[in-house]
Amino acid sequence: MPILNKPIVFAKENFGDGFEKGLKMKPIDIVLAVRESGLKGRGGAGFPTGTKWMLAATATAEKKFIVCNADEGEPGTFKDRVLLTEFTEQVLKGIILCGYAIGSQVGYIYLRGEYDYMVNQINSAIQKLKNENKLGKNILGKDFDFDIELRLGSGAYVCGEESALIESLEGNRGEPRNRPPYPVNTGFMGYPTVVNNVETLATVPAILNLGSDWYRNIGTDKSRGSKLISVSGDVEFPGVYEIPFGTKIKDMLELVGAKDTKAIQIGGASGTCISAKELNRNLSFEDLPTGGSIIVFNNSRNMLKILKNFMEFFVEESCGQCTPCRIGNKKLLDGVNMIEKGECSVAYLKELLSLGETMRITSKCGLGQSSPNPFISILTTFGDEILATY
Amino acid sequence: MTDGNYVSRTPVSQQPLKIEQSSPHDIGGLVEIEINRKKFKVPFGMTILEACKLFDIHVPTLCHHEDLCIAGVCRICSVEVEGMRTLQAACSFPITQSMKIHTSSEKVRKSRRHILDLLLSEHYGECYSCVRNNNCELQKLAKEYGVDFYRFGHVKEPYYDIDKSSYSIVRDMNKCILCRRCVRTCIDLQEVGVLEALNRGYDTKITTFLDKPISEVICINCGQCINRCPTGALRTNDPSDIIWEAIDNPKKHVVIQTAPSPRAAIGEEFGLPAGNSLTRELNTALKMIGFDRVFDTNFTADLTIMEEGTELLNRLKAAIVDKDESVKLPQFTSCSPGWVKYCEHFYPDFLSHLSTAKSPQQMFGAVIKTFYAQEENIDPADIVTVALMPCSAKKFECNRPEMVDSGFKDVDFGLTTRELAQMIKEAGINLPDLPKSNFDEPFGEASGAGLIFGATGGVMEAALRSVYEIVTGRTVPFDNLVISPCRGMEGVREASVKLENVKNEWKFLEGVELKFMIAHGTANAKKVMEKLKKGELKDVHFVEIMGCPGGCLGGGGQPIPTSPEIRQKRAESIYKEEAELPIRKSHENPHVAYLYSKFLTEGPCGHLSHKLLHTTYTKRGNYIA
Repeated sequence: MPILNKPIVFAKENFGDGFEKGLKMKPIDIVLAVRESGLKGRGGAGFPTGTKWMLAATATAEKKFIVCNADEGEPGTFKDRVLLTEFTEQVLKGIILCGYAIGSQVGYIYLRGEYDYMVNQINSAIQKLKNENKLGKNILGKDFDFDIELRLGSGAYVCGEESALIESLEGNRGEPRNRPPYPVNTGFMGYPTVVNNVETLATVPAILNLGSDWYRNIGTDKSRGSKLISVSGDVEFPGVYEIPFGTKIKDMLELVGAKDTKAIQIGGASGTCISAKELNRNLSFEDLPTGGSIIVFNNSRNMLKILKNFMEFFVEESCGQCTPCRIGNKKLLDGVNMIEKGECSVAYLKELLSLGETMRITSKCGLGQSSPNPFISILTTFGDEILATY
Repeated sequence: MTDGNYVSRTPVSQQPLKIEQSSPHDIGGLVEIEINRKKFKVPFGMTILEACKLFDIHVPTLCHHEDLCIAGVCRICSVEVEGMRTLQAACSFPITQSMKIHTSSEKVRKSRRHILDLLLSEHYGECYSCVRNNNCELQKLAKEYGVDFYRFGHVKEPYYDIDKSSYSIVRDMNKCILCRRCVRTCIDLQEVGVLEALNRGYDTKITTFLDKPISEVICINCGQCINRCPTGALRTNDPSDIIWEAIDNPKKHVVIQTAPSPRAAIGEEFGLPAGNSLTRELNTALKMIGFDRVFDTNFTADLTIMEEGTELLNRLKAAIVDKDESVKLPQFTSCSPGWVKYCEHFYPDFLSHLSTAKSPQQMFGAVIKTFYAQEENIDPADIVTVALMPCSAKKFECNRPEMVDSGFKDVDFGLTTRELAQMIKEAGINLPDLPKSNFDEPFGEASGAGLIFGATGGVMEAALRSVYEIVTGRTVPFDNLVISPCRGMEGVREASVKLENVKNEWKFLEGVELKFMIAHGTANAKKVMEKLKKGELKDVHFVEIMGCPGGCLGGGGQPIPTSPEIRQKRAESIYKEEAELPIRKSHENPHVAYLYSKFLTEGPCGHLSHKLLHTTYTKRGNYIA
């Protein structure tokens, strides 16, 4: 799927010889350059990448690992798929640069199980880099060895959470760990591990090519750079778009040809649902953060059915470890079913909304902390409409 | 896991927190924190829960257990840390910087109540028909938080069938709250790994390999999971109704043997603190309930020492004098049925290292239905033998098909401490109030050596007291017979005694350094067995292994709760009781001597001994449950 609008970072020419430049720098300078650029994690949580790398670089350990999180499982997100097919080499180079920067010898790509058709392509890209001496022993003549291994997930949504991903990588049941300690301190096999999203890593060679300042100047003060957005739903031109942070929802909708819009789900199933009245809000970490998914609904859509779909998803995809997420999501779904049948009292609905708040603050990982988001936001924004219908 | 390389099966996430930390002083000493607006200083890296415990601030827990690694799954211990978006699980959050903690703010109370209501909505069962009524952590929390209605509903029908397939363990997953203590117990504490979480999300359940009944998997019946279950989801297979029937049947002659560990712990079921032994009060209670005879398992513990000790000396002689290479050393003890089954499953090729001597329980059964029946002129078919044990695996053991050497089922029922306490309560007796009385003849009093079988290292200590004296004619060179290297709670211990100036018939042992090892809990047994596999135990002669942490006193049939501190207290009470006994060596037990002179006339390891008191083992591996 081609990127339809004008690329900002993800244009081939932007990457130039960023990789070679990077390898000529001192490792710590790469970390500083990434920190300077203001790059934040593109998986959705937005942790400053430079800080993460700095923590890993300064950790003393026999081994360190890098994991490229390609377990793109958030409903409505498909931008990593495009990156991995169109910018395979830049993703790999980002991993290698990170390895060089933090002093690691092995990187893993944890690829979503459903993306298994990409295995050959990625592996041949790895082979190509090896042939060019950009991967393997003594990379580009330097005293730096690095290897990349491709691993496949098995279809669990929760394995996109970094500590669950590491558990899965270790061969265990994919369940989130207690944090702290964070993976950057105690990660894969107990060693310091940097887990970064595909998009984050792929951006790095461009930053090193064109400089931190170039990157800083894109986006807003708190959200530097650009973001790849997967747009789906009731739009004329669904697909992957690259936009600068701070882009207004209104402009976004215009770009993708959305008409008669009723609601926009931002950040996938675990994101927030806004109504067409909030078009002046913008996409950024400070306002509407997203891991890369926008789903547009027009006026023909039934919001309760949409909510039901999301909640069914979470009931199934919760790892089942912690109480609030395991049972809480089921209670929210039951609540939706009760509303559908006209059996839910206003008092009970209030109790469920309050339960949603509890889930947000007591769940063990991001899944449970964000799964009540659609419930709370759809029932808050469209509550009157829903209660009038049922 | 590769062969020969010892790799822990515990996932990294379930291992203790690895905060890099040399000592609090290296990183600036203590961290100053505030809990509920009071200032405290705590060592760097300590969890919030530990800190709260230190200062007597109550934080509720469910998935947390002192014996187990951190899980952080139930979230009931959530506390508020100022400046953090979410609440934090106190059990898993390490204090690494100054922080302000609130353990009962509005957010915290509301969240805990929600979590509790969620758990209750999925917890099927009525408290009054539950084995854990009044000793249930969920019930206690419901009371603590004043639950007066089911906010999120309540299950009305059971969802799972109760698994009653095992002689030892009953699993009722309708009561399970998925705290995973049993999973961590099985894989982490015991390194057996029979239980695991299956499915995802709302469908998650704790189950066995391929969802098989527990009797068809490699469960060793140790029951440690039961001791750590916060609810009634796991319990022992209770035979008390059938025992009541036998007691009420005038034709049946019902005898009970009591093991030392239940006696040291049963007071806990009657509200006494751990560490109060009620041996002789229990004798009175058992008579009041209607048992015809009450015997002391320590008697056959002494007998076990005679048989097992003789077997060891025979093995040593065969190895040293006869140079018989088929003789396996070190010899391992075999009185813990959990350990025996563990060895049958995980180290089937090393079964010949196990002593062939039966456990004291099974020896007693065989002696009662032969010698005792003969002496008292009772038809063994009318005798019902009950064994009061701290152990759930003993139930499996007495049902092993080979345990019928008397011509009958040697031991009819294994009864746990908890089950007997229930029977005593049912009879309207308050055990601690009772007068003391003695054990019945013809087995009478036993030696202190048999008594200390209850604690880890006890069998070794008892065996050494006798073996050393038989070989040298002198008492063991330890003050007051206390062989201190045998005592304590270290997971694996080893020590040695030098045999010098031995008696003539044991000349071949002159100057031999008798080396022994002790391990308790099968995770520690695994460490020993891996060494054996690698050939690193060539100079060791005797190894004691107990399947449960702490030995029998920490068994799967003991009062709940359990903790390192409780087990320590039980051990202390056993050692204290032992020190006061007149006879403290197995070979000096006059009743044992009588048995050998009247019945087992060929002596230890003689022909009849072999028939009645020794057994064989099964190479189970992964496939034979």
